[in-house]
Amino acid sequence: MLKVEETQPVEFSSALLAKFDEIVKRYPEGKQKSALLPLLHLVQAEFGWTSVPAMDKVAEYLNIQPIEVYEVASFYTMYFLQPKGKYVLEVCRTGPCCLVGAEKIMDHIEKKLGVKEGEVTEDGLFSWRGVECLAACGFGPVLQIGPEYTFYENLTEQSVDQLIDDLRKK
Amino acid sequence: MSDLVKVTIDGITVEVENGTTILNAARQIGGDIVPPAMCYYSKLKGSGGKCRTCIVKVSKGSEKDPRPMPKLVASCRTTVMDGMEVLNITSPEVLEARAGVVEILLINHPLDCPVCDQAGECDLQNLGYEHGLQKTRYEFERRTFDRIDIGDKIQLHMNRCILCYRCVFTADQITNKRVHGILNRGDHSEISTYIQTAVDNDFSGNVIDVCPVGALTDRTFRFKNRVWFTKPVDAHRNCSHEKCNGKVTLWYKGEDVLRVTARKDQFGEVEDFICNECRFDKKKTADWTLEHPTHISETSVIASNHYETFKPLPVIKENLTLQEANQRELERSFKI
Amino acid sequence: MARKLLLEHINVPGINTLAVYREKGGYRAVEKALKTLTPEEIVEEVKKSGLRGRGGAGFPTGMKWSFLAKPEGVPRYLVCNGDESEPGTFKDRYLMTHIPHALIEGMIVSSFALGANTSYIYVRGEMMPQIRILERAIEEAKAAGWLGKNILGTGYDLELYVQPGGGAYICGEETALLESLEGKRGNPRIKPPFPAIAGLYGCPTVVNNVESIAAVVPIINDGGDEYAKIGIGRSTGTKLISASGNLVKPGVYEIELGLPVEEFIYSDEYCGGIANGKRLKATVAGGSSVPVLPANLTLKYANGDPRLMSYESLSEGGFATGTMMGSGGFIAFDEDQCMVRNTWNFARFYHHESCGQCSPCREGTGWMEKILHKLEHGHGTSADIDLLWDVQRKIEGNTICPLGDAAAWPVASAIRHFRDEFEWHVKEPMKSQSTNYGLANYANPIEKVVVAEEK
Ligand SMILES: Cc1cc2nc3c(=O)[nH]c(=O)nc-3n(C[C@H](O)[C@H](O)[C@H](O)COP(=O)(O)O)c2cc1C
Ligand code: SF4
Ligand code: SF4
Ligand code: FES
Ligand code: FES
Repeated sequence: MLKVEETQPVEFSSALLAKFDEIVKRYPEGKQKSALLPLLHLVQAEFGWTSVPAMDKVAEYLNIQPIEVYEVASFYTMYFLQPKGKYVLEVCRTGPCCLVGAEKIMDHIEKKLGVKEGEVTEDGLFSWRGVECLAACGFGPVLQIGPEYTFYENLTEQSVDQLIDDLRKK
Repeated sequence: MSDLVKVTIDGITVEVENGTTILNAARQIGGDIVPPAMCYYSKLKGSGGKCRTCIVKVSKGSEKDPRPMPKLVASCRTTVMDGMEVLNITSPEVLEARAGVVEILLINHPLDCPVCDQAGECDLQNLGYEHGLQKTRYEFERRTFDRIDIGDKIQLHMNRCILCYRCVFTADQITNKRVHGILNRGDHSEISTYIQTAVDNDFSGNVIDVCPVGALTDRTFRFKNRVWFTKPVDAHRNCSHEKCNGKVTLWYKGEDVLRVTARKDQFGEVEDFICNECRFDKKKTADWTLEHPTHISETSVIASNHYETFKPLPVIKENLTLQEANQRELERSFKI
Repeated sequence: MARKLLLEHINVPGINTLAVYREKGGYRAVEKALKTLTPEEIVEEVKKSGLRGRGGAGFPTGMKWSFLAKPEGVPRYLVCNGDESEPGTFKDRYLMTHIPHALIEGMIVSSFALGANTSYIYVRGEMMPQIRILERAIEEAKAAGWLGKNILGTGYDLELYVQPGGGAYICGEETALLESLEGKRGNPRIKPPFPAIAGLYGCPTVVNNVESIAAVVPIINDGGDEYAKIGIGRSTGTKLISASGNLVKPGVYEIELGLPVEEFIYSDEYCGGIANGKRLKATVAGGSSVPVLPANLTLKYANGDPRLMSYESLSEGGFATGTMMGSGGFIAFDEDQCMVRNTWNFARFYHHESCGQCSPCREGTGWMEKILHKLEHGHGTSADIDLLWDVQRKIEGNTICPLGDAAAWPVASAIRHFRDEFEWHVKEPMKSQSTNYGLANYANPIEKVVVAEEK
């Protein structure tokens, strides 16, 4: 059994629900479950992570069982089932990026942020983790930051410092 | 086109209906050439293909296209073609690959048979016994999960699960609402409800019967006992549940009914799914009309003293490579 | 200069907009296809072109299209595979970022050819920026009448949607992709039935890679025969190669198939040689799933003839001395790279990405990773190398989908060609932690290379 964080019930805004309605229209009648992945992305962008009450609400909206949502959310790596920092730095740790120094970049981020992979900094701003190939191998090392998954390529220790400092000031 | 097709498995030819799988064709022949099936379940739609223990070699595709299939195939999900020739226990390649699958299925298995309720009627135990290697070459820590109760009737030992998906199909197809499923992926996958919800449904208890290992067990199994000390008796009652015919097996120790299960056929599959009332709440002899002692499948460890029925195929006795490949089975047949 | 069919206008400012794309001749293929060709004629052109799927398997696209079942009254679907997660491959992202309309134009022509009225482009969720780009481009195209109802007054309707994935390499496998598109876990389906018979929502479906779909545009513009003139033998046309690793100029290159590998690595038109003046030790020529080759076998066959960038030439020699074209992810390793470490890294990747459905892959990938971790960190024994070989053999060919094979091949090929280096890790555990094995004899002329005995 996974550890489940205690969470408050969530409310979906009418703007969010309007987006849901728009997405569901893409699929044939009765195939609304297809909207599950895009909907979970919207939920995570709104709340910062994918909590059980939010998943239950999505299940209700799509008229499917909650377990069907849990199964999907836990299969894919992009849905955070635990709260994370405001900015999650996801660094590619796969072969080609390692050839050009991805491991050093991860060590540097760990030192700079002072937290281990997956943890949240004290100010709640940052988490980091290694992820698999981001399809930018020729421009490595690379990292991305959600919810819009902006890419930062050809990373150096200096450019990472700069990035983190800029985000802190935001 | 005729509706019957001819297929030859380990040299034995049988005519089966078009669309039959190799596994089911083998089951029609019966005996030792039936591939072991850990995930396929004939009563569950979509099951099979996952455990890979039922792999066989198709040495001739069909009369029309006699080319052999390039890879071993899952017999439970491959349909026969007219004139197909299949090798199971007469192919050293199949036996080796199967031993490989068994070894791999066991690397993360706790091998806690001595304390497992399923011991004696566990498909994995039987499989390891008949097809496995003597000792494991896996030297890393095994994956572990906590044991949990899902509701007051069913216990889940995730460590023992082989992810056959049968219980998931059962919940989807036999009960009206599924609350448990497969979480995470890869070798972190686990059966779970994710949040603490009881699996509570008129037919939920059937997941216990379909589970090939001791991952899902009956919490109401009284006085925990080894199955081989219990005596199974077929019985029935007039069940009021519309989808349950009340035909069960009662497991006795002395005068006590320790547990109630569905009746199982020779391939370890339930004959009919039963309701939770029959399974969990009717544990007095007075609740039932007794029929006769249950026939025990000879492949089960419960019947491990009854191996005299094991007859190696003649072709094995004649062929040296096959003798080597089937060595353990042969030794056993000589011992008896 | 080699011909460029896909990336010709990549550097034109604003090529990502409809206006500029049109100026450069964009959407001509849609006009030609919808107004002057029948769906059957389009399929015929694609067959003639000899185009082979660019997603990895290299299956002829025209043939795949002709297998599509066409029962009455059942919708058919075209789904574009933009999951691009194979380590070393980044061409689709590049194409979608810079010339999104090339993909959309290809989707319209291909959907018309297949008789699909709703098509989806499945893009991995991490490519959110590319998803936005495509969505904007689709809006533009729709506003201009290239999508929607009654396109160009021909009576043909098409709706095109972009679907995000959720982070799973396995969703690049076409049936896992369809499951994912149906809102489920990305478990590959057991085949048969194949998608051409029962795919998305149980309807006949074609799944094609981004680059395959984009290549349909020049095929329709110039004709299949013209396209087939480019390339060599059964490797026709141009191919996008993603070049990464220790190269002077990594990046995406469009090559004419048949280019010598040596020229691709060393010429200034392409990768410009190995970075920092080092020497080439090994390559993975087609994305992480294909066998790794030492430098000498990368550049030449075992008989000394030069190896070319084509489906046939890269696989020349079978697995003993060859590799595969795969998805065109070309990864170069310089002399300071450790093959054991890289093999461990790839094994970790496949372990992480296994869907967990079938036992050999679910359990075997984890086992391989653990053994390799042990070897890489100087705790291995030579029995571990043999065990590793045995475990990969148990996985290969015994799984539901090719991810099992994809996990086994890099391990098998690394042992096959770099066994010395594995053994060095066993014999020199301390040294292997601070230095690396170096180039050894991996770039020596072929004659001296002894191919490790297969067990
Ligand atoms: C594990 C695995 C991952 C795959 N990943 C991709 C991918 O990211 N993109 C892709 O186009 N094809 C991928 N494929 C290949 C697809 O299954 C399929 O063959 C391809 O999309 C067909 O398109 P094509 O004929 O145009 O190449 C993958 C296959 C496997 C087995
Ligand atoms: S719990 Fe039992 S039935 Fe369910 S997947 Fe695991 S082994 Fe199969
Ligand atoms: S081979 Fe691996 S990824 Fe493919 S179905 Fe089996 S477990 Fe899943
Ligand atoms: S390996 Fe890092 S982006 Fe591909
Ligand atoms: S029974 Fe056929 S694969 Fe499991």
